[in-house]
Amino acid sequence: MKVSVVKDILSANDQLALQNKQLLDDAGVCVLNLMASPGSGKTSLILRTIDALRDRLRIGVIEGDIASTVDSDRVAAKSVPVVQINTGGQCHLDAPMVQRGLAQLPLTELDVLLIENVGNLVCPVDFRLGEDLNVVIASVPEGDDKPYKYPGIFVAVDAVVINKVDLMPYLRFDMTAFRELITGMNPDVTIFEVSCETGQGIDNWAEWVAKQRSAKLDK
Amino acid sequence: MHELSITQNILNIVVEHAQRAEAQRVRAINLVVGDLTGFVDDSIQFYFDMLSPDTLAEGARLNIERVPAKVCCRSCGEQFSPQDYSWACPSCSAIGGDILSGREFRVESIEVE
Repeated sequence: MKVSVVKDILSANDQLALQNKQLLDDAGVCVLNLMASPGSGKTSLILRTIDALRDRLRIGVIEGDIASTVDSDRVAAKSVPVVQINTGGQCHLDAPMVQRGLAQLPLTELDVLLIENVGNLVCPVDFRLGEDLNVVIASVPEGDDKPYKYPGIFVAVDAVVINKVDLMPYLRFDMTAFRELITGMNPDVTIFEVSCETGQGIDNWAEWVAKQRSAKLDK
Repeated sequence: MHELSITQNILNIVVEHAQRAEAQRVRAINLVVGDLTGFVDDSIQFYFDMLSPDTLAEGARLNIERVPAKVCCRSCGEQFSPQDYSWACPSCSAIGGDILSGREFRVESIEVE
């Protein structure tokens, strides 16, 4: 006998993500899920964003890593609330982990929450966390062919941040082709070119983050 | 690695529906998996063989229907599947398009007795 099921396999996670979202909506916190491969500059972008916005917005951070507190220690040095989640081998954050992280943050005292996902371009995008916006950070040394290899993430994000543009003179990276490909895959995406080393482009990015937060409050 | 928790989700859904149908055992599980998701067939099978013993789904056949990524060109409306190195429309060469399929990830049905 055949029994029809038609049930999304990630529905348990999705439901918990909705609960997280409700909690964050009630507290008026705008949440960004930052995804990227290891070494692309996720933590550096978070540190730069804190510096750029700290006079205007109260920022909190959830750091997801397979192991260690290296990243959260760097963020904590900026004197912002930070929670480290060690996934113990799992290659992405999921809604239950973020739920536990949220319990340790003073949500009503935050305007923006930056979630640094585990360094990986494959599965993080499949797991909703309760975020408002999904962002992928690509960096120039990774090459301009990444969207071909990992289309799933590039088609699903709200913004792409291209980091390490200060290295453009030394590497073969076709920015025009890269931008054209991403926009073709995902026409609504916003693209930023930044260097967390020199600070180039950070103001534009930070302004966008602030605008997303205002837009959420207006809703 | 993430297929372990995913496969547990699949098993939970299957067992719940099998119990609801008052089945004695599950013979087959039909999954639909889009190519734009990060899930690997062999890996799901591997964890299924590990997790399913002593459940209603022990020994069930896992049928995985892969759904290719398909997009609709925004310039000319042509529907096509992007190939490895080309997201260009075969008809008008515009890059990319609106995604029609490839993000599926669900338990479609089960066969029980």
